[in-house]
Amino acid sequence: MRITNHPILAFPEREKVLFIFDGETLEGFSGEPIVAALHAAGVRVLRHSLRHKRPRGLFCAIGNCSSCLMTVDGLPNVRVCTEPLQAGMKVETQKGRGEVL
Amino acid sequence: MLPGLARLAAGPVAIMECRQNIPCNPCADACPRGAIRPFDDINDCPELDMDRCNGCGACLACCPGLAIFVVDYTYSPDRVLVKIPYEFSPDPQAGYRVEALDRSGRTVGMAEVINVQVYKNKTRVLGLAVPEAIALEVRHIRQLRKGSSHE
Amino acid sequence: MKTDIAIIGAGPAGLVAALHAARAGARVLLLERFPYLGGQLIKQTHKFFGSRSEYAGERGVDIAGRLIGEVNAADRVTVWEDSAALGYYPDGVLTVRHQGEFRTILPGKLIVATGAAEKSLVFPNNDLPGIYGAGAVQTLMNVYGVLPGKRLLMVGAGNIGVIVAYQLLQAGVEVAAIIEAGPAVGCYQVHAAKVERCGVPIYTSHTVKHAQGGSSLEGVVICRLDSDWRPVAGTEKEFAVDGMCLAVGLSPLTELLWQAGCKMCYVPELGGNIPLRDDDLLTSHPDIYVAGDVAGIEEASTAMVEGKIAGLAAALASGDPAADLRPELTAAKAQLRALRAGPLSAKIRKGLAKVTKSALAEVV
Repeated sequence: MRITNHPILAFPEREKVLFIFDGETLEGFSGEPIVAALHAAGVRVLRHSLRHKRPRGLFCAIGNCSSCLMTVDGLPNVRVCTEPLQAGMKVETQKGRGEVL
Repeated sequence: MLPGLARLAAGPVAIMECRQNIPCNPCADACPRGAIRPFDDINDCPELDMDRCNGCGACLACCPGLAIFVVDYTYSPDRVLVKIPYEFSPDPQAGYRVEALDRSGRTVGMAEVINVQVYKNKTRVLGLAVPEAIALEVRHIRQLRKGSSHE
Repeated sequence: MKTDIAIIGAGPAGLVAALHAARAGARVLLLERFPYLGGQLIKQTHKFFGSRSEYAGERGVDIAGRLIGEVNAADRVTVWEDSAALGYYPDGVLTVRHQGEFRTILPGKLIVATGAAEKSLVFPNNDLPGIYGAGAVQTLMNVYGVLPGKRLLMVGAGNIGVIVAYQLLQAGVEVAAIIEAGPAVGCYQVHAAKVERCGVPIYTSHTVKHAQGGSSLEGVVICRLDSDWRPVAGTEKEFAVDGMCLAVGLSPLTELLWQAGCKMCYVPELGGNIPLRDDDLLTSHPDIYVAGDVAGIEEASTAMVEGKIAGLAAALASGDPAADLRPELTAAKAQLRALRAGPLSAKIRKGLAKVTKSALAEVV
């Protein structure tokens, strides 16, 4: 959900882009962190923990905690809280450690 | 310090609910009549000269703690005009009836919005006409839902 | 690449340090790991306290805009965004990842203004999606315009917890309650008053018993603590919330200081491990200064004044400043002392006494 009406802040119009999350097409703003677009679309589960497969999501939002790691355009362990969204990006819930090769 | 009955009856005056020694003093600079004593130490609490104060609300609009209010007991025979700071969307409109809330967020009565001033710093100052009995309690409002029969 | 002063971090401390060092005649390289400047300042929608010289009455986001504009217009300041400092070595070389490229810098002096990060809290299911650091909620709402949830519980009633609770209300999010483990709130009374008049209850002496939910947060159970900080059976209260905000303290981001060999000291009053320093904010390393939360968790206003002190002191130490800055530096130190003189800063003063040594007396 996006904020439409704020007493202090104005959120300027930005370029809308489409991207793919786990096979589904979603919309976001070009350049915003991927996690912002996901949250706006109601997606909060970003990956699962290695051993116990516990759902994990956003915690610190500034690239410090490694809770938000996802696979983006095939590359695993991307911190989606700081990675900017681009048109056509393929974002996937990370499975385990991801594949680097 | 609350203004005494005589001062309240004389016209609009500010009420400052800033009683903790925190480093903050912009209210003294904001007052165009010099009614707030210049701070010796930035951690002092503000001291208001109630006779100099005319309730203009400049300090109310600037206070970072949203801790200053203005009351005008001369507004009408049975209603007091209370000014409160407000920083929520949407802005109420003049003429709206709203719930008047006390310091704990409890509804203590109904208020009529008389005016809404939007200051350059984006703080709104709401002028609310309220029954005299709750004039010293009103600190916030709750707007009624759209489509409600009360509106 | 050589420069007189390299500043790491463009939050309030780093921005002000850059302005004062440049005005003093030094060439400054300002590094910021994110693609935007301003640090946590750009997320602060409330009006600041302090005095006119700390921009009292102005909103943090507007102060940030002002400082960033001044830095971008300043002569002698080079700004590198998207540039993370990697290490500082005994030969005086600072390594940086500058927009994807590896670069080496030779600064005369270094000012570390890297700020701090959120602490977490231990309780069952504390890893559920929907549980955020308070700063994360601010970032989502105030930078990206996205709501973190519909109904949140705030944990921690220091200034950050209560301010962020108010910001949640302003964004249209319901705040179920604010809980605080201590017997009293740590925030300014006026911050508490702002949320109480909106009907948000504050439960002191309460902590989180556990969080619950399937794939994300659905509820939180809190309980009261007795005077020995032990949970009291039978005092559980449950809240149906889809978000929880942990505002339980900040930890200084000191990795670079450790790596560069600065002497550090554990000071709980100031958030954890912080560097020893003198009142010029010079650490035990003769070329490294510190400013802001990395030197000890405090406020934005003190961060800005510390930035001024470190910027002026580093410029003076670089030799040949444009004018005699000693009176300005002395005045800035007095300004900082005044901000810290009140009763609410007693803990800060106690902590600082453990890590501040007087500079060697200057021969007049």
